[in-house]
Amino acid sequence: MNLLSWMVWGFAGTVVLTTLMAGSQGAGMTRMNIPFLLGTIFTPDRDRAKPIGVVVHLINGWLFSLIYVAAFHTVEDASVVFGMAIGAIHALFVLAVGMPLLPAIHPRMATEQQGPTAVRQLEPPGFLALHYGVQTPISVFLAHLVFGAILGGFYELPQ
Amino acid sequence: MVAQPKIGDYGAIGDGRSVGLISSDGSLDWLCWPRFDSPAVFARLLDAKHGGCWRIGPLGLFTCSRRYIEHTNVLETRFTTADGQAVLADFMPVGALPGSLQAEQELIRRLLCTAGTCRIQVIFEPRPGFATQALRLKDRGRLGVCFQAGSQLFSLRSEAPFSIDASGRVHCDFAIHAGEAINFSLILAQEGPAVYPPLGDNARTRMDATVGWWRQWAGRCRYEGPFREAVVRSALVLKLLSFAPSGAIIAAPTTSLPERIGGDLNWDYRYCWLRDAAFTTRALLGLGYEDEAQAFVSWLLHATRLTRPKLRVLYDVYGCQTLPEKVLPHLPGYADSRPVRVGNLASQQLQLDVYGELIEAVRYLAERGNRLDRDACSMLRQAGEFVCRHWQEPDHGIWEVRPQPKHFTHSRLMCWTALDRLIRLHADGKLPRIPSERFAAVRDRIRADIEQFGWNSGVASYTQTLGGSSLDAALLFMPLYGFEEPAADRMRQTAKRIEERLCAGEGLLYRYEESRTMGEGAFGICAFWLADYLARLGEVHRSAGLLHSILRYANDLGLFAEEIDPNTGDALGNFPQAYTHVGLINAALSLVESERGAVEPSRNDRLTATTGVP
Repeated sequence: MNLLSWMVWGFAGTVVLTTLMAGSQGAGMTRMNIPFLLGTIFTPDRDRAKPIGVVVHLINGWLFSLIYVAAFHTVEDASVVFGMAIGAIHALFVLAVGMPLLPAIHPRMATEQQGPTAVRQLEPPGFLALHYGVQTPISVFLAHLVFGAILGGFYELPQ
Repeated sequence: MVAQPKIGDYGAIGDGRSVGLISSDGSLDWLCWPRFDSPAVFARLLDAKHGGCWRIGPLGLFTCSRRYIEHTNVLETRFTTADGQAVLADFMPVGALPGSLQAEQELIRRLLCTAGTCRIQVIFEPRPGFATQALRLKDRGRLGVCFQAGSQLFSLRSEAPFSIDASGRVHCDFAIHAGEAINFSLILAQEGPAVYPPLGDNARTRMDATVGWWRQWAGRCRYEGPFREAVVRSALVLKLLSFAPSGAIIAAPTTSLPERIGGDLNWDYRYCWLRDAAFTTRALLGLGYEDEAQAFVSWLLHATRLTRPKLRVLYDVYGCQTLPEKVLPHLPGYADSRPVRVGNLASQQLQLDVYGELIEAVRYLAERGNRLDRDACSMLRQAGEFVCRHWQEPDHGIWEVRPQPKHFTHSRLMCWTALDRLIRLHADGKLPRIPSERFAAVRDRIRADIEQFGWNSGVASYTQTLGGSSLDAALLFMPLYGFEEPAADRMRQTAKRIEERLCAGEGLLYRYEESRTMGEGAFGICAFWLADYLARLGEVHRSAGLLHSILRYANDLGLFAEEIDPNTGDALGNFPQAYTHVGLINAALSLVESERGAVEPSRNDRLTATTGVP
């Protein structure tokens, strides 16, 4: 494994993904705010949650990129197209499996069945995170395609 | 035409970013979210049929009364029916509860039955985007009823069961018995996933926290005098109209409430006017709200950064100066007073008085020991240079007269004030490196100009425009800024003429003589200016009597609009109006200071300031 290449491009890909998600949120495409969602696992303070969430998300992205790198090594191919293919699967997994699971693992997220409580007050994402806006799947999908493209395009397999 | 509540029939609640207006019978008829100048979600105020509202009240016959919980902006409406009594508390939570998430914005309506049984009907009829956006209400079960407006999510929840009808309204009818409480919570989510604060006892806890927050804030008011209740209410109105994230204070939370019923004097006041700067800063400092005054002046300096040395007449809460004015033709306006405007064309006008206002506001703070940083000093110098270059030009004046600019005496006065205060700051060692001799020379030329052309010996008064003959209530500012002594012959005569020719009834004044022909109302703040002047003159009994008279025109909650109908006493124009309440506070402060013999600026100040370079 090319440690330096993974560290650099895993981090770069995560930064770009985070920026794209924040951009699509600012543009009104989605209310999905990953740093806020992650940060509120640790604190109910809205202002503190966001920077905590950004750090956690950067670390998450870095770790996730290891799976991409493992795939590149397995098939001995690291290309933009292959990276995007993994990104597409990653996005589908996040939307279809990760998001609906979130109320079960997030300590401050309400469930649609039981409604909000004194502790669980965050809106659950719903299937494909559609509760956060109908364009949410598109922005998540595009951000992960770019994430995969960066890793596939720039990660250098050792000779 | 569908009957609408009177303008003064409304009470205001808010959270430092937005304000909701609620009629005396419990209908939320105005709410712009997420901030003051956002499109309205409820706009029945401007369209009685289709604007949207959120009504909570008894079915059948009832009477109602209301009040603010003492020294708060939590509004209580008490409904009395044949079978019982219920109290509706309306508020937007402020003051976070430790350890709990907070919604981006929330409005809570808490209904408590205090006696017997009441049958209550709730109609929730939002019309986002000033009633232009398609509305699709979705029932999300325990997460309430929600709708999207662009990227915003609005969600309504309650312990009471809802139903959605075909016309896009949420209905709810229920009986409430003594001791029971039902909460309604409307939240907004825009920045991220929605946060649903719990209802039940938690809503009660948040209400207590909100009451505590407002009381603690109001408790900081240092004014001790005969008008304390009115002054504290005015301070609470100012706080309600302050945009917490930036410190800006808007003129009013509404647009296009008419200055003449059925007329076209309808403007958008959901912005911040620089012309209010000095007066507002004086009011905040006088009441002991140093932090708020500092935040406001910091906002002034920050907002004007991009346009320096030219200052715009108004800015939005973040300092944006481009506020294109457009008409919303689909809204019939309050009581069929068209057009409804959003944005304000005055932002492009030239108003020379704003330089004096801004500089005076900064000086008030500097006098309290606040150091002027390099950027503030640079801005002050630039403003002084601008005034030196442009003071002879015609402008639109304090009243933003459209379309032709004129040579307003008040604008000249404020140019004089601008240079005078810069020289004072320099003399006090707070503003280095200004061309004080040149500034002083121009200041003295402006004085000569006003004394020669602003005074009309035929009328025996200063006049609205140089060489003119009509009067303007803004001339009462002359002693406030030290241009004339309150007891000076010219000032006494001017005040006398203003009282004679601008009188609009007991205790009321028009702002200028054209007001009568235009059919607009008496201007609330002008009467307070007269009371302020009388206090400075030492006529404390007349001043206090006048204040008592004017206060009768406030609504039952102590709120003032911009204008008052001299025939009926009804509120006219945008509501509630910061400027009117600022006038009230300053007049009350001057009265107390006059009784103590300490009204500023003193004669000595004036003499020092007008005899050349210190």
